[in-house]
Amino acid sequence: MAKLSVNREQYDVDADPGTLLLWVLRDELGLTGTKFGCGIAQCGSCTVHVDGEAKRSCVTPLSSVVGKEVTTIEGLSPDVSHPLQKAWIEQDVVQCGYCQSGQIMAAAVLLKAKKSPTDAEIDQAMTGIICRCGTYNRIREAIKMAAINGGK
Amino acid sequence: MTEKTELNRRSFLKATIVAGGAVVFGINLPILTRAEERLGLSADPAADFQPNAFIRIAKDGKVTVTVGQVEMGQGVLTSLPMIVADELEVEWANVSYESAPADKAFGNPAFMGMQGTGGSTSVKGFYNPLRKSAATVREMLIAAAAQSWSVAPGTCKAESGKVIHAASNRSAAYGDLLEAAAKITPPSDPKLKDPKDFKFIGKAVKRLDSPEKVSGKAIFGMDVRVPGMLYATILRSPVIGGKVKSVDDAAAKAVKGVTNIVPLEYGVGVVATNYSAARRGRSALKVVWDEGSMAKVSSESIYSTFAAAADKEKGLEAKKIGDVVAARAKSTRTFDAVYWAPFLAHATMEPMNFTADVRKDGVEVWGGIQAQGLVQGVVAQTSGVPADKVKVNTTLLGGGFGRRFEMDYVIDATLLSKAAGKPVKVVWTREDDMQNDFYRPATYNKMSAGFDATGLPIFWHHRVVNDAIMARAGMAFGFVLKPDQLDDSSFEGAHNLPYDFPNFQCDWIRKDTGVPVGFWRSVGSSHTAFSTECFIDELAFEAGKDPVAFRLGMLEKHPRHAGVLKLAAEKAGWGKPAPAGVSRGVAVHESFGSYVAQVAEVSVDKAGKVKVHRVVCAVDCGQVVNPDTVAAQMESGIVYGLSAALYGEVTIKNGRVDQKNFTDSKVLRMNEMPKVEVHIVPSTESHGGVGEPGTPPIAPAVVNAIFVATGKRIRSLPIKPQELVGKA
Repeated sequence: MAKLSVNREQYDVDADPGTLLLWVLRDELGLTGTKFGCGIAQCGSCTVHVDGEAKRSCVTPLSSVVGKEVTTIEGLSPDVSHPLQKAWIEQDVVQCGYCQSGQIMAAAVLLKAKKSPTDAEIDQAMTGIICRCGTYNRIREAIKMAAINGGK
Repeated sequence: MTEKTELNRRSFLKATIVAGGAVVFGINLPILTRAEERLGLSADPAADFQPNAFIRIAKDGKVTVTVGQVEMGQGVLTSLPMIVADELEVEWANVSYESAPADKAFGNPAFMGMQGTGGSTSVKGFYNPLRKSAATVREMLIAAAAQSWSVAPGTCKAESGKVIHAASNRSAAYGDLLEAAAKITPPSDPKLKDPKDFKFIGKAVKRLDSPEKVSGKAIFGMDVRVPGMLYATILRSPVIGGKVKSVDDAAAKAVKGVTNIVPLEYGVGVVATNYSAARRGRSALKVVWDEGSMAKVSSESIYSTFAAAADKEKGLEAKKIGDVVAARAKSTRTFDAVYWAPFLAHATMEPMNFTADVRKDGVEVWGGIQAQGLVQGVVAQTSGVPADKVKVNTTLLGGGFGRRFEMDYVIDATLLSKAAGKPVKVVWTREDDMQNDFYRPATYNKMSAGFDATGLPIFWHHRVVNDAIMARAGMAFGFVLKPDQLDDSSFEGAHNLPYDFPNFQCDWIRKDTGVPVGFWRSVGSSHTAFSTECFIDELAFEAGKDPVAFRLGMLEKHPRHAGVLKLAAEKAGWGKPAPAGVSRGVAVHESFGSYVAQVAEVSVDKAGKVKVHRVVCAVDCGQVVNPDTVAAQMESGIVYGLSAALYGEVTIKNGRVDQKNFTDSKVLRMNEMPKVEVHIVPSTESHGGVGEPGTPPIAPAVVNAIFVATGKRIRSLPIKPQELVGKA
């Protein structure tokens, strides 16, 4: 039984310690907002925060996050009120939407570190997250809009 | 596709009062396709009511539109409700959507009448039916109010969810008129709004599906959870078309959580209480494969076969004008080139997955699919349960691009649930997805053209060699491609070249490679735009003409091509100097009834690496429902096409697909994203599609810019930096 803290809630998880966090979140806890895209930390759809840092949950074993705070897209805000979520809606970023949890979670870490990120800083933070619908330019605009609105 | 389906359309509306006093307005538009009939989805001839478009109005005035088309990013859950909201005269804030189940009544009039989302047809198919449906409901609401006020309906108007009688200063909310409206005889010919009065159509209305997609609440097939559900993965043959010879599953069975090992003809299914256990079980399987006839096939052997066919085989004539052989003899300058486009994977962001619950008394399935009706039939056939006992739940699609027309992952879940006797969700790995796709057909193009003594282009001869998509995929639509029959999807865009040549021929040589091929965003145009727009560019330079001016000179009979070409050129600053180190290339192409021109600004560094800085796109897609959706789809199509042009390639060795994941099959990322500007031509022409037409022109526009930058003609995709080293 592993003790896990996700979105400030405590869980006892009955899973092999080597089980990857992505599948614990999705299949054991029912938090399906975090997505499976590649399984090898190449696409970033599975990005979550572990103690405030962006992590690829598809390669993160359960044992490595015990005692740490995990935040998923479901924990970013209770009511779609995070400045990034609002900016995403305002810029009509989403298309299919599958990668967007990962995009937003990566952007949230960026905005915590950089109040007003440059294009180069956005590239650096976001290049690991693939979008096949091609929403990159709108993501960039939404990050800038959220930054202006004091996104944290 | 060359067959035509007879559509039987009768308009009929029925209003039903449901729970909470809401009223559902169901609009009849019965359509049945041969394909669906073949699968046992027979129409009930006695039924005179089959709801096609549901409009539900609740007592609080909230309007829900049931959308039969699926959402895979293209914005259909917003654009179709916009059409309803406009004719119905309601506030956008009160409009929401729900996805329809599989039901033949939701047949898409622009898609052979079947319930399918593809071919960029949703708005084309549903614009008129939805407008008429909503206008009918609006007139019934007006009639109900007029009746209660004892005034003539013509003296009332509808506005913002209310019926208003200005002369007496009275108004009534729709929610209060529902019961009376449901008793009104629907008008057979309701008056449609004058387009100048549109409130939503033609405006950049915000997407309705954003909130759920930015909060993790959106449910894709991957996210379906059914009580008691098991998880599964399938080990498939490493060789295309290979079959299981023998299985040693002792170790797999011993994995904690594994419940069933299911032998299938094409692989071995592992079912478990959780997905991780299923994957561990799969890793423990020992399978001996019968590699079959593809084990000796490679990309090289396919290329050689195609090249030999292009030189020696007659093939089928797709189009002929004049006499290209005689014209060649008369030409003083002739040009010959071979263009090659590779197999391509779809690589939707959400790998294939599907959930099925097969019980003796019925089946329920869930997932992201592009053809609900066909899924219902295929699940029925696979499970042995009658189609009318198969309930298909459509989720959001994490990308479609044509891949989710296929039934392989649907069959997986159905077979595994039947074997396990429980609901089963099958999830493909990215590697499964990339190695078991229905690929964009690789295409060999033998092209020739000639100028007469005055320098005028007098002939164009294009020989296209590739697989026939419809040879297999057509069967799902009830279409059998005969050996001497043309499959437009293999050469569309080549035989209907818009440029005026007095002598023109396009031949198609069908070669069945055994590699599974399917519909890939923009289908035939995904490769014909590359071959034709690059070769025409070659001719422009050979003629010593500006590439835009040269094209315009041959487009007199095609004003919409010319229109977008001029607009893109003007907005890109064509003819003015490009930024330092940057070169421009252009391409124009029509697909799915829409005309798109793109100017790409490109630089090539010393190592041959290509950077696309800016793409200026002009589109004429006829009337526009949501201009922001049009822009988003152009951006999307450009990125999809650019990923393919720069990196996309599926290669085969000993019958095995080489590429496995995003490491060896790269796609465009944020740091490589060009600026994209989209300009829409105002138009009153009928609706063209927008989901696909943005893709075809980008590869040739970039390749043509690379020629300007380096003097090197790229005639084989993807663009290989090693061919451009030291050329810039």
